[in-house]
Amino acid sequence: MTTQLSLFRRPIEAAPGASTRRLLRSAGIRFAAIYAVLLSVSAAALALFLWWSTAGLLDRQTEASIQADAQSLAERFATGHVAALIVTIDERLAQNVEDDAIYLLVDRAGRPLAGNLQHWPQGAIENDAWYELPIERAGVGSRAVVEAFTLPGGFRLLIGRDVQVRAQLRGLLTDALLWALLVVLAMATIGALVVRSLFRRALANVSDTAMAIAGGNFTQRVRLAGRGDEFDQLAETINDMLDRMARLMEGVREVSNAIAHDLRTPITRARARLEEAAAHAESVAELRSAIERAITDLDDIVAVCQALLRIAEIEAGSRRAAFAALDVAPVLADAAELYGAVAEEKGVTLSVEGPDRVPSYGDRDLIQQAVVNLLDNAVKFSPPGSAVRLSAKSIPAGVEIAVADQGPGVPEAERERVTERFFRGETARHTPGSGLGLALVQAVAHLHGGTLRLLDTAPGLTAILTLAGHEDTAGRG
Amino acid sequence: MRILVLEDDKDVGAFVVRGLKEAGHVVELADNGRDGLFLAASEAFDAVILDRMLPGGIDGIRLLETLRGQKNTVPVLILSALADVDERVRGLKAGGDDYLAKPFAFAELLARVEALARRGKGEGPVTKLVVEDLELDLLSRQVKRAGQKIDLQPREFRLLEYLMRHAGQVVTRTMLLEGVWDYHFDPQTNVIDVHVSRLRQKVDKPFPKPLIHTVRNAGYMLRAEST
Repeated sequence: MTTQLSLFRRPIEAAPGASTRRLLRSAGIRFAAIYAVLLSVSAAALALFLWWSTAGLLDRQTEASIQADAQSLAERFATGHVAALIVTIDERLAQNVEDDAIYLLVDRAGRPLAGNLQHWPQGAIENDAWYELPIERAGVGSRAVVEAFTLPGGFRLLIGRDVQVRAQLRGLLTDALLWALLVVLAMATIGALVVRSLFRRALANVSDTAMAIAGGNFTQRVRLAGRGDEFDQLAETINDMLDRMARLMEGVREVSNAIAHDLRTPITRARARLEEAAAHAESVAELRSAIERAITDLDDIVAVCQALLRIAEIEAGSRRAAFAALDVAPVLADAAELYGAVAEEKGVTLSVEGPDRVPSYGDRDLIQQAVVNLLDNAVKFSPPGSAVRLSAKSIPAGVEIAVADQGPGVPEAERERVTERFFRGETARHTPGSGLGLALVQAVAHLHGGTLRLLDTAPGLTAILTLAGHEDTAGRG
Repeated sequence: MRILVLEDDKDVGAFVVRGLKEAGHVVELADNGRDGLFLAASEAFDAVILDRMLPGGIDGIRLLETLRGQKNTVPVLILSALADVDERVRGLKAGGDDYLAKPFAFAELLARVEALARRGKGEGPVTKLVVEDLELDLLSRQVKRAGQKIDLQPREFRLLEYLMRHAGQVVTRTMLLEGVWDYHFDPQTNVIDVHVSRLRQKVDKPFPKPLIHTVRNAGYMLRAEST
């Protein structure tokens, strides 16, 4: 068993040296990876937004103020020409407290007329375009965002903002975000490990139980965490399934025990007859009759096997596919007609009562057989001169079929057990039968979502078979 | 009659073949699906007894479906250890005319296969069945024997009709339960015997020569000559 268990365990506990493919096949790792990716993606989205709303905002503000500057300087140039422009630029520079404004006005030959740059910077050539350039201002190198404009008369104007501080800020932000990325990666890894272990812990409960059951311990059940969550629901479902399997196995065990015991008797009889005949038969006729009796015994054994298989088939529920609407009244009438002659021979009066139509839903053959089995018992145990009453009626839960006789009945102590396979009451010992009739009736009742009850209606016994008469309620048994 | 037996179990096959021959039939036996299909498709038989589980790549159901696909209407009795209702339905759906579960009594098999072979030769609808001096009119639903009217209950009428339709053949109790009562299981008590004996009271007793005979270990037979 230990080797089997270790085989069982291997796919779950991937060894450190296991291949990547096997790792990828682990659902725990997959969930962990999904968690890590999701966390990283959301962190990246957050970083992008941060970037856009800080560094990006600064960029946009710079551009907007340059645009505004250009607009007002252009107006000034239009009203007062170059002289006014020079004055305005000087004023603006004087008023610029933050000392980040950059202006340069040059004439056609490139000589500076106003502004705080010594010369036109290299590179800023095209008009109406943004450049971010290194500049030198009062001997100090810096960076600036600039835009160049050409004015009428060959004058060229450069407006810009010193972005050294902003660039520093951006650098800080980038650093911070990079660090954040590392933190996120670390957290994603840790989180993924946590997710994986949570996942495995949730599964371990189920897989431990499955392994215990595979190992032969059928009493083990999945523990409930008591939170009523999805895992608890799964655990409950699995436990229900295991309970049902246990019941079925118990049933199978009972049946095999019953078969082992109850078929032994007729087999022993047949065997004894054949052996006896082989050893002592003195004529062909004697031998033939012994063989024929043995064949009859074998036929009985076959009949018992068939009855058992039929009960098993009914209990398995596979016959629900054949369910259809049917009327119980003619089923009863037919059964009464079939047994009428036998009852009459025995001096038993057989009567059918009930409405003309008793609609129900189920398997006609099975209901027929259940009714016939009940009737067979009733007639078999009825003393001469007594009556057997067969009746059916619709009840709220479906249909109720009753077979009442005036026979010896079934003692209280035995009543629970008569529906067990092969059980034969004391009074039934000496009547022919396999002890499977009522077991089949009960199986049919359960298949149809109903019950079989035996009531003492002294004198006699009344067997009441109920069937859920509707499509939606039938077949829950 | 010419009967084809497809059975892979040597003992069962030999037992069936011997029994059928003793009953006066000409029998061919094949023990695998391929030979069986070849025989069934190339030669004319009055009936086929088909085991469902056959070696040779073609099982009973496939064989039957192939035969029916070729518009071959030879009556087929499926003989199988698969006795579930579902299996029975599958066999009949595939084109089987009757289904007998193993283990079986030879008398039952013989009676059923003879009934099948005879049915295959039906001469269309009949309105009157006559055996010796017994007449059964299916239209007026009247029965007369030697010109004398016999009163029968509806079920007795159907029982007699079934026996007369199979006149000269053995009819088993199971066949009667299926054919007359439409019951597909055997009740524990032998109810059929009582019904037949009541029918005898009406049909045979008042007359010098009995027509309904009991065949030991098998069932009943309605026939003209008592032997």
